[in-house]
Amino acid sequence: MNNPCNALPEALRPREGESLVFDAPAAQVDRPTHYCPGCHHGIAHRLVAEVLDELDATDRAVLVASVGCSAFSYDYFAVDALEAQHGRACAVATGVRRANPDSVVFTYQGDGDMAAIGLAESVHAANRGELITAIFINNTVYGMTGGQTAPTTLIGQITTTSPAGRRLRGEGGPLRMTELMAGLDGVAYAERCALDSVRHVRAAKKALRNAFEVQIRGLGFGFVELLSGCPTNWHMTPQAANRRIAEEMIPVFPLGTAKNLLDK
Amino acid sequence: MSDAPERILIKGNEAVAFGAVDAGCRCYFGYPITPQNEIPEAMSRLLPEIGGCYVQAESEVGAASMLLGACASGVPSMTSSSGCGISLMQEALSYMTGSMLPAVLVNMARGGPGLGDIGPSQGDYFQAVKGGGHGDHRNIVLAPATAQECYDFMFRAFALAFTYANPVMVLGDAVVGQIKEPVRRTPPPDALAPERLAELAAPWRVEGRGRRGPGAAPRLVKSVYLAEGTLAARNRQLRDKYEAMRAEARWIAQDTDDADLVVVAYGSIARAVRSAIRALRAQGAAVGLFRPITLYPFPDEGLRALAAARPGRRFLVVEQNLGQMVEDVRLALFGPAGRGAEVLFHGLMPGLLADAQTLEEPVRLALAGKEIRS
Ligand SMILES: Cc1ncc(C[n+]2csc(CCOP(=O)(O)OP(=O)(O)O)c2C)c(N)n1
Ligand code: SF4
Repeated sequence: MNNPCNALPEALRPREGESLVFDAPAAQVDRPTHYCPGCHHGIAHRLVAEVLDELDATDRAVLVASVGCSAFSYDYFAVDALEAQHGRACAVATGVRRANPDSVVFTYQGDGDMAAIGLAESVHAANRGELITAIFINNTVYGMTGGQTAPTTLIGQITTTSPAGRRLRGEGGPLRMTELMAGLDGVAYAERCALDSVRHVRAAKKALRNAFEVQIRGLGFGFVELLSGCPTNWHMTPQAANRRIAEEMIPVFPLGTAKNLLDK
Repeated sequence: MSDAPERILIKGNEAVAFGAVDAGCRCYFGYPITPQNEIPEAMSRLLPEIGGCYVQAESEVGAASMLLGACASGVPSMTSSSGCGISLMQEALSYMTGSMLPAVLVNMARGGPGLGDIGPSQGDYFQAVKGGGHGDHRNIVLAPATAQECYDFMFRAFALAFTYANPVMVLGDAVVGQIKEPVRRTPPPDALAPERLAELAAPWRVEGRGRRGPGAAPRLVKSVYLAEGTLAARNRQLRDKYEAMRAEARWIAQDTDDADLVVVAYGSIARAVRSAIRALRAQGAAVGLFRPITLYPFPDEGLRALAAARPGRRFLVVEQNLGQMVEDVRLALFGPAGRGAEVLFHGLMPGLLADAQTLEEPVRLALAGKEIRS
């Protein structure tokens, strides 16, 4: 597949007798990211790009970027893209997919974007069964604005706007988007995965593939929640962030497929 | 039988829907609100029949965001609303201006502020003309007065939106939207063919890069420019575009040659004023009408020419609000004698139908330089 963004430098091209065994996907722009060290956005991008290539969807793909740390996600995807307002990615994606029914459309949104300001747009696009795929990065904080409380923040978790730790009464409990989405008739695939270990990353790729496949096969809305690390705003090392996902997040946000209409 | 095309008896709102569809509109996104419900109702029937798409959104925020997505895909698309619904669309409106997208929005204005009422009002002039969105935002505003103009102006709205890659608002009111009148369903002379609209969008629309051939570079539609100097460059580009739009200013002047007083009014109010002027002229009063067709760009050249043609001539602005367009008229006519002119104001309250007879009195008084309040 042709990738206009990743021309391999002459010196790195395979010579006589050599063959290229590993390369960036055609859907990816192979360049250093602006994300913090240990951030999981980069892993999530790579998985999405691989899935787009494997499903032969890169040429038809349109990315709807959100507002958050991943606002510039389009810098790393070699696909047509547009910017949505904070929270409105699923509504914008609805407009793209309806106007251009042959395209493969996906949103990439943080937890503030999708579960707070954009909850209405996200839930209603899902309920209408829009043929789009939504990728939801749950890192329990607003990353870009400096680690404030998000709808997914754990009870007791200290953030810059919950200095005493999040309290259920008055601040609410962690919103479980996968379960919410799975309960909607228009959703064809919903799964929660984590990016803290190789095993979980592999499962995440499978889930992403399924969430795109339901769109391509016209079955309905595809949704994948990815439990992701934000070492910067969690104030820990990347290794400790991975442990936090395993020990504190997964017990509150159980992993697994909540809905799958692919085999029906 | 005459050769003139058949006329159909429809409401202004239905004329908007027919005009949009005939102009090439293929996507409509909206949320119900009085007094414009006939637009989504007509669109929900018309668009599926021709392979277009109609979506009833979860809110006006959702509708305007869907519009952004469809416009970025280069497909002629629109939404419509009124009052508080337009307020909810302002976020997307600003993003669409920043992203240079050809959106068409129709505002069949109702009374405000707040929930106000569902009757006619011109209280949204400032919002439409000055305050459409945050940032250095501008959008073209067209003001139809009749059902026929509702039909015709939809063609102009799409033509301007695609020519300038900028949102266009059609600003009517409850009377313009609800009045039932004969309409000729034939494209006006300034219409652009749908194929031409597609050509104008071809260089920037997002569509999946493979459609442009193997190895085509990806495209990006956005309004964010964080790196130093980049927003400055973008806004210079917008400034040049806004300046170019000034060539689109349109107005109609009637009975102004001999007029000592020119009444400035737009939309449905201009129709009532027109009748009042006819009655007064029959009594020998030298009064004329200046009707802006575009509220942005405001036709200040046309007004200045009238002031210069007859020094000492007065102007009376009649609006169904507490005084909004009058500021633009004063700005246009500000200046020393020979270039400026005296500007009077008469405001009508919202929710009431303006009738020609009650407008005769304020116009007669203005001839003598006096104002009265309604
Ligand atoms: C209407 C609006 N309100 C607020 C903001 C400021 N803002 C930018 S990013 C952001 C939070 C994003 O957090 P999240 O969606 O969790 O993504 P992350 O940065 O963690 O990846 C906020 C509140 C905005 N851009 N627009
Ligand atoms: S702030 Fe957090 S989410 Fe944002 S880039 Fe840094 S680690 Fe990633």
